[in-house]
Amino acid sequence: MSFDVDVRRRMGPNTEVAIGFATGPGLTALFGPSGAGKTSVLGMIAGLIRPDAGHVRVAGETLFDLDAAIDMPCARRAAGYVFQDARLFPHLRVRANLRYGQRRATTPAMSLEAMAAFLGIDHLLDRWPRTLSGGEAQRVAIGRALLSGPRFLLMDEPLASLDTARRGEVMILIERVRDQLGLPILYVSHDRGEVDRLAGTVVEMG
Amino acid sequence: MFLSADEWQIVDLSLKVSGCAVVFTLPPAFALAYLLARGRFPGKILLDALVHLPLVLPPVVTGWLLLIGFGQRGPIGSRLHEWFGLTLIFRWTGAALAAGVMALPLMVRAMRLSIEAVDRRLEGAARTLGASGWRVFWTITVPLALPGVLAGLVLGFARSIGEFGATITFVSNIPGETETLPIAIYAALQVPGSDAIVTRLAVTSVILSLGALVLSEVLSRRAGAGQGGHVL
Repeated sequence: MSFDVDVRRRMGPNTEVAIGFATGPGLTALFGPSGAGKTSVLGMIAGLIRPDAGHVRVAGETLFDLDAAIDMPCARRAAGYVFQDARLFPHLRVRANLRYGQRRATTPAMSLEAMAAFLGIDHLLDRWPRTLSGGEAQRVAIGRALLSGPRFLLMDEPLASLDTARRGEVMILIERVRDQLGLPILYVSHDRGEVDRLAGTVVEMG
Repeated sequence: MFLSADEWQIVDLSLKVSGCAVVFTLPPAFALAYLLARGRFPGKILLDALVHLPLVLPPVVTGWLLLIGFGQRGPIGSRLHEWFGLTLIFRWTGAALAAGVMALPLMVRAMRLSIEAVDRRLEGAARTLGASGWRVFWTITVPLALPGVLAGLVLGFARSIGEFGATITFVSNIPGETETLPIAIYAALQVPGSDAIVTRLAVTSVILSLGALVLSEVLSRRAGAGQGGHVL
């Protein structure tokens, strides 16, 4: 099983995020309307948010289990997290952003140069993040996550902030990542079309 | 230039005292700023007030408190002397201490603002990339807060150059040892016919202070990451 998740977390006085699902290999979409708590679920899997109860297992490894008192620190979970807003480090050039997580990757599957070529960002390496377009920034963010030696990928609406033309480009890229790297991917979206095109499994939420 | 050798010595001493003051105040100021920006603990309001106290207290009171604490028989002063052979009272090092204490609130304010402006989601992103708490701190938090830290340094420096009340109370006026710019100006004012000296020293003060303020403003605007803002 790729993702075996059953978590609950109170986010506010009247809101609670509770979800349980288990998925097979490939890309799984977490699908639901805005505000359903999809990002919170990713946060709990990545270790950025601590669930109130439940467990998180990915590819057979337990990352969190309240009953067994397991709570692996975020830094050791090896999640390749691609945020909706790319979230590149503004004080580092593209190359340094890509390098940031590399020291965790014990057996780098790909060199930085190969990754840059794979993602079509080799001409951007010396640029500052603020000079990138939305699509370019998102591709760099995907590269940064992949170079950190992830055991699985979490993608939070990576296409939401892009215009139609850029969407197509990044979508093709995500398909290449899905088909060529063989990592379990959990992909959050509220767009039916995206989900139908990318996902093998769909988990409905909200 | 238009200053005499004695007057240059005064400027030189002022720069030395202020430089030392901000360099040694920087680490505690940053720690306090970080604590106030990020920490949640009981007594935070009290700590905040304590940090700001030198800003509102009559400087002569601050100087008197330093005299009690760091004087030859003071609880801290006597130990510093015993353990390190360090004497602060009536020395330029004491002037630096007084200036540092008076500059602390301004430095903490500037740094706290810039730490609060750091996007914590970037720190989360760094953690997902495998960075430890320390690595996140040194590679994300500190660099992003740097413009504010530098602005705080310069602001603290400017404040130190102008420090008068606490300094003269704590270390008195000893030419060549504790006679900084404002103290020298004050002393010259007591002597009839020294208008020219006063004018020269005062103009020097204005130039130094103005330069520091402009530099601090430039630094906080040039926030490399497009964040940050005005410190004043």
